[in-house]
Amino acid sequence: MAILEKHKILEKNITLLAIFAFLVVTVGGIVQIAPLFWLENTIEDVEGMRPYSPLELTGRDIYIREGCYVCHSQMIRPMRDEVERYGHYSLAAESQYDHPFQWGSKRTGPDLARVGGRYSDTWHVDHLTDPQAVVPESVMPKYGFLKNRLIEPEYIEDRLRTDRMVGVPYTDAMIENARADFEAQIDPYADGVDGLMERYPKAQVRNFDGEPGISEMDALIAYLQMLGTLVDFSTFTPDASR
Amino acid sequence: MAKQPQKKKEEYETTGHEWDGIKELNTPLPRWWLWTFYITIVWAILYTIAYPAWPGIKSATPGLLGWSTRANVAAEIAQAEQANAAINERLASVELTAITDDPELSSYAADAGAAVFKTWCAQCHGSGAAGVQAGGYPNLLDDAWLWGGTIEDIHTTIAHGIRNEEDPDARWSQMPAFGEILPPEEVEQVVNYVMSLSPSYEPKDPSLVEASAEVYEINCVACHLEDGTGDQFQGAPNLTDAIWLYGGDYQTVKETVVNARFGIMPPMGGADLSEAEIRAVATYVHQLGGGE
Repeated sequence: MAILEKHKILEKNITLLAIFAFLVVTVGGIVQIAPLFWLENTIEDVEGMRPYSPLELTGRDIYIREGCYVCHSQMIRPMRDEVERYGHYSLAAESQYDHPFQWGSKRTGPDLARVGGRYSDTWHVDHLTDPQAVVPESVMPKYGFLKNRLIEPEYIEDRLRTDRMVGVPYTDAMIENARADFEAQIDPYADGVDGLMERYPKAQVRNFDGEPGISEMDALIAYLQMLGTLVDFSTFTPDASR
Repeated sequence: MAKQPQKKKEEYETTGHEWDGIKELNTPLPRWWLWTFYITIVWAILYTIAYPAWPGIKSATPGLLGWSTRANVAAEIAQAEQANAAINERLASVELTAITDDPELSSYAADAGAAVFKTWCAQCHGSGAAGVQAGGYPNLLDDAWLWGGTIEDIHTTIAHGIRNEEDPDARWSQMPAFGEILPPEEVEQVVNYVMSLSPSYEPKDPSLVEASAEVYEINCVACHLEDGTGDQFQGAPNLTDAIWLYGGDYQTVKETVVNARFGIMPPMGGADLSEAEIRAVATYVHQLGGGE
């Protein structure tokens, strides 16, 4: 195989070596980068997906801050055992507004991609306050302090704007009303509820932790209770070729 | 295997390079290694042709073998459903009360129900179904039933849940918060009266029991009945047994009377569980020990 001996030509000529090294790096770069420009075509169109409401987004930030993703995944894989335990396998579209996504790679606790509506709010409060009280075999730490930390939607407009910069379709109206929406979501009798429901269909409005004021507990439970509830799988037909 | 005798230095070929008397030996990669390497490259190319791989403008190449995770999981689920289709259909269609009389059906339902229970119910009721008193999650092993312990009652509770917004047919009842209705001394009286009904605790102040019968009569009998045994149609607990949903000590009973309780159970029917699964888990709970 004479061609295998030819590498000597490249190795002995610095200009040729530079040109060919550049070509190799270019090919590698294209292979890695080019598919990202067509990333959209990996996300199928699914009805019902919307950006997170301000309170849910805040809860999501708390979820990330507390490192929930270290033990909980949010990605139901397409396997029978997973589908039977957690529900319909996750779709790419369901995490399209996640920055960063929370798929995770480690399950010390169960997957949370469809935890929304599965338990009552009271259960979530009980469980976050003292996980072992309801699940004795659990190794989850206690998060009761979230109930005592009241929060203000101080930077919520900026928070939404930041997400918009990376492609989440928050409208001007959503950003303008972010503060009002944030506060309306824990009060079913608030004036802003209709606006909130119009901007964020299927948003759940109630006092999640049952205590006065908006605490981090409210935000986190609002987030947990909406996880996986946006897509109506009774009307969804999966595209088998994906 | 005997060790290969080492070659002498002079027997190696050199590349012909020489630097200050140092020569570079030419020791090429072993042939088998090199060829394995080339084969893996060929394999990788063939693999990307056979399976979905190359990204295009609209979508990725589907691959010649037509492999699809989604199709695979759908087929796998369909196969499992197919295998149980006959018995599931029988389970979903017979009279609820007939399940226990049919040994094949009831043993299938109890096993399948145990699996459903572990996935959907254990988080609140505990993996052994003993409940969690601190949170008011009822014990399902005992004979006390808030909403009835026949298999039909259990089935309804599981399918529609309790006091939830999602299901219009959910079981619903609400005890008033008597802290807003009764003056503190009457609350005190009725707490002692309730404690006197149960064999588990002595009333804190027995002298109040006598006088409080009237307060109980006016405010509590509508749901908890004259004798305190509770009305299951309204989900009102029996106060005369030693079983307490939230606890029967003075402080807990007082809290219950003052603030009332509002335990919620999400509905399991609809999107979550199929009729056969609901019947299976109802059968499982029914046969745990307390079924009526």
